[in-house]
Amino acid sequence: MTVRKTYKLYIGGAFPRSESGRVYPVTSSSGDLLAQAAQASRKDVRDAVVAARGAFAGWSGATAYNRGQVIYRIAEMLEGRRDQFAAEVAAAEGLGTAAAEGIVDASVDRLVWYAGWTDKYAQITGGANPVSGPYINYSVPEPSGVIGVLAPQQSSLLGLISVVAPVIAMGNTCVVVSSFARPLPAISLAEALGTSDLPGGVVNVLSGSAAELAPWLAAHRDVNGIDITGAAPEGRANLLRSASDTVKRTYSPAGGRADGPGEEDWATEPALRRMAAFVETKTVWHPLGI
Amino acid sequence: MTVTGTQQSEITRDESSLRRFLHGLPGVDQVGAQDRAAALATRSIKTTAKAWAIDAAISMVDLTTLEGSDTHGKVRSLAAKARRPDPSDLSTPTVAAVCVYPDLVATAVEALRGSKVGVASVATAFPSGRASLATKLHDVREAVAAGATEIDMVIDRGAFLSGRYGQVFDEIVATKAACGTAHLKVILETGELVTLDNARRASWLALLAGGDFIKTSTGKVTPAATPPVALVMLQAVRDFAADHGAVRGVKLAGGIRSTKDAVRYLVMVNEVAGEQWLTPDLFRFGASTLLNDLLQQRHKLATGAYDGPDYVSMD
Amino acid sequence: MAIFDYAPAPESRDLARLKPHYGIFIDGAFRDGTGEAIKTINPATEEPLAEVAEAGVSDVDDAVRAARRAYDNVWGSMPGRERAKYLYRIARAIQERGRELAVLESLDNGKPIKESRDTDIPLAAAHFFYYAGWADKLGYAGFGPNPQPLGVAGQVIPWNFPLLMAAWKIAPALAAGNTVVLKPAETTPLTALVLAEIIAECDLPPGVVNILAGGPEVGQALTEHPGIDKVAFTGSTEVGKAIQRALAGTGRRLSLELGGKAANIIFEDAPIDQAVEGIVNGIFFNQGHVCCAGSRLLVQESIADEVLPALQRRLGTLRMGDPLDKNTDIGAINSAVQLARIRELADSGDDEGASRWTAPCDIPDRGFWFPPTIFTGVSQANRIAREEIFGPVLSVLTFRTPSEAVEKANNTPYGLSAGIWSEKGSRILWTAQRLRAGVVWANTFNRFDPASPFGGYKESGFGREGGRHGLEAYLAY
Repeated sequence: MTVRKTYKLYIGGAFPRSESGRVYPVTSSSGDLLAQAAQASRKDVRDAVVAARGAFAGWSGATAYNRGQVIYRIAEMLEGRRDQFAAEVAAAEGLGTAAAEGIVDASVDRLVWYAGWTDKYAQITGGANPVSGPYINYSVPEPSGVIGVLAPQQSSLLGLISVVAPVIAMGNTCVVVSSFARPLPAISLAEALGTSDLPGGVVNVLSGSAAELAPWLAAHRDVNGIDITGAAPEGRANLLRSASDTVKRTYSPAGGRADGPGEEDWATEPALRRMAAFVETKTVWHPLGI
Repeated sequence: MTVTGTQQSEITRDESSLRRFLHGLPGVDQVGAQDRAAALATRSIKTTAKAWAIDAAISMVDLTTLEGSDTHGKVRSLAAKARRPDPSDLSTPTVAAVCVYPDLVATAVEALRGSKVGVASVATAFPSGRASLATKLHDVREAVAAGATEIDMVIDRGAFLSGRYGQVFDEIVATKAACGTAHLKVILETGELVTLDNARRASWLALLAGGDFIKTSTGKVTPAATPPVALVMLQAVRDFAADHGAVRGVKLAGGIRSTKDAVRYLVMVNEVAGEQWLTPDLFRFGASTLLNDLLQQRHKLATGAYDGPDYVSMD
Repeated sequence: MAIFDYAPAPESRDLARLKPHYGIFIDGAFRDGTGEAIKTINPATEEPLAEVAEAGVSDVDDAVRAARRAYDNVWGSMPGRERAKYLYRIARAIQERGRELAVLESLDNGKPIKESRDTDIPLAAAHFFYYAGWADKLGYAGFGPNPQPLGVAGQVIPWNFPLLMAAWKIAPALAAGNTVVLKPAETTPLTALVLAEIIAECDLPPGVVNILAGGPEVGQALTEHPGIDKVAFTGSTEVGKAIQRALAGTGRRLSLELGGKAANIIFEDAPIDQAVEGIVNGIFFNQGHVCCAGSRLLVQESIADEVLPALQRRLGTLRMGDPLDKNTDIGAINSAVQLARIRELADSGDDEGASRWTAPCDIPDRGFWFPPTIFTGVSQANRIAREEIFGPVLSVLTFRTPSEAVEKANNTPYGLSAGIWSEKGSRILWTAQRLRAGVVWANTFNRFDPASPFGGYKESGFGREGGRHGLEAYLAY
């Protein structure tokens, strides 16, 4: 007789049930019941945004070196639980063991890749600007703030990490809505995060329906940006419209069009785009004199 | 906020209280000061305003000769020019003073007798100031005895730069005492003090010690009067007047040769210190060649034609 | 009567070479628009300056089609070094006609000639010069080895820096290989139309740049046009939001440079005289018609009693009047509409209990004028502390500690710019790091340079203009 696991939400470093008390059945690709996952509500979104905002000053104020170490530590923890994640990915995505292990390995690599970016992105994209006058002038990238992230619906772990890691690598905090049908790797990742060095609130994971939760994130006035990767194509425009009410930064497949191609190939090495989406360039001037 | 006499004596009580005060003055951002000076220099002064400014500038000139080759003859001819800058136009104002070395004061006094032109003399081992205090004060007393109405002293820049503010202060006080009724102009030699923070501190030091004027330079050091330095010194007399209720003057000397420069400085006086300072009693130019350019520009305004150097006298 | 009374020193109006009629510029040629002609006026006198053709919807269609043809046939595929030469040529031509453009700008906008002459026009030329050099180096700009242009850009600019904003928009777009349709503001179309003349004289291929005068409807027709690939907008946050909304789901790229309510923070160890200049420059430059204006003065309580009288004394030397007079510091408000808005917000300051102080300026009989105004006793909750006034009105608030200064500075939906005045380096850097604003001026204010990225956080928009960063808005990578 196995002891079954309860899959809960991850908000502010804690694992609450949904405020709504709702759960929904999660099945494997072959239709077997895997678990009853918590189904997050708009109030969970609200609480998660509060947690993310609370964590922002600390996480964005941490040194880039520290953020890199923390993200690398997440990769270590993923590696340490390789078998568990492989099994969950296999069940969720209907993959054989070898393929699922490949996904976990790629996920570890992705985390390591972004961990290394934390203290390099500013050097690549910032620097001194040669203005014509007696001034020192430099530009630095800074995180946009609290970001809502709709994780991809298909790629339950690699896709999830590919959208979350760039956001937190830049110093943002986030509220992630996991894949609706395949949430278990996301919740397990949350458990790994909960025991990693990542401060509570930096990543908040909500299992549930993107269609239900995303509008609340898109409209939330204390959310600075939203990545709508996991939204249904026909829902993209509405979310982006809603995001305009507070001039949110947005990231969306196909520029937000409903007719774009399907989910991207997460195996491809990412470009800077997902980091660039949620950073602000700050330019500082100071005179040079004696 | 007006400072009482007691508060002022607190400030100047000893070396450390003086240092605390001077180092507590707001800093001067060099680029900002340069920008402000440059912005004031874009004022366009034309027609009636220019005519007023030229005459005002002439009346503020301390016509100066400070050369090793100076002679009684040179000083007499300078005095003649001071009394009547433009014989062809008697509406031209006279200059404020002539400025000479102490040994030539008597000659200048004699040559200017009966005019309103003052006699200023550089003293205190001008221009370096490198002599004992006794020698410097003797220098001052001789000039005053010979009839100088204004004394232009130099501060000990070495003492200032090494932070011995009390020594500088005491020398100014002693010099002021030696001046008797003669007005004391305190030359800061800002070109050697280098920073605008130092220019501000030296200005306040001289004002607290009783200088009637603060003056930029000896004219023997480059840079001499510059727009940012003038700006800082004008701010000092403005703020000193507001805080201490005593209105003191500013003299710019060294490198001011053109009417354009002079008019720009008058604009600065007007807008930084205030129009109250637009009088020879409170603002001077120490200059030699400036006067002729002012006269030529005056001719240009009167005749409409550009003037030539043959139409003004050389001295 | 002042002792030293500056005589009028007006720049000659003839230098503007004002024409009675200006057309719209499409496909390399001027023509009449299908909209109703606009009468553009001199805001300093309310006299009409010229009649300007207004584009209609069909003109917008034509312009977008012309831009597309130019992109497909010429510009998109032209080697970068060739594009660069056109941009350098435009930069030089702006310099050559600088005097004319400056006078025209001051006539049409109301800004002092010293600003149009020394800031707007030289910076516009510098912007073209800077981006010209990028045109053949895009592979080194950090957007991958072979970044591509987006296509046709629709650009809408405001009335506060008419030519400069046109340069900010056109130069990077063209350098990156895009073609553009630009709409200048309804009240200030003239210098953009002279720029069109310059562009034609520089033999830029027809259709690469199209310039259409018109009001908000023309702007909307352009930004929502299905034939464009990218929208760049500078203007109010309200309109910016509407554009972002309209573009949702279209796949078109967008960059927004919107409003601001910048804090100018004066610490007790500030270089006071320069800080006073910075306050003046921060809020009274261009009559306060500046999105990054330092409209909220945050002064440390311990020096408030020293700073305010110094500021008032300084404001007493400002000269308001004829924008063409070289000694004018404060020009005219750009329009009756804007003047009404400034008055309304200033009145709200009175109503909400703040104390108004007005600089002693003589107000001309005709034209749109608002004297430099300071409100003290302002709280964070007051409208004048929260809403963008876009006029010469400064709200003064105080703070006690650096943390409080940062909190108050950031307590706004905007995040465009901020100022810091202190002689302490570590405090400046600490503060600069914590301010949520895209441009932070420390011991200076309102400095602009083509090499320096400009743009906001939060509701002040997204994307940057200027510098390497400014290319990103016009490249696919």
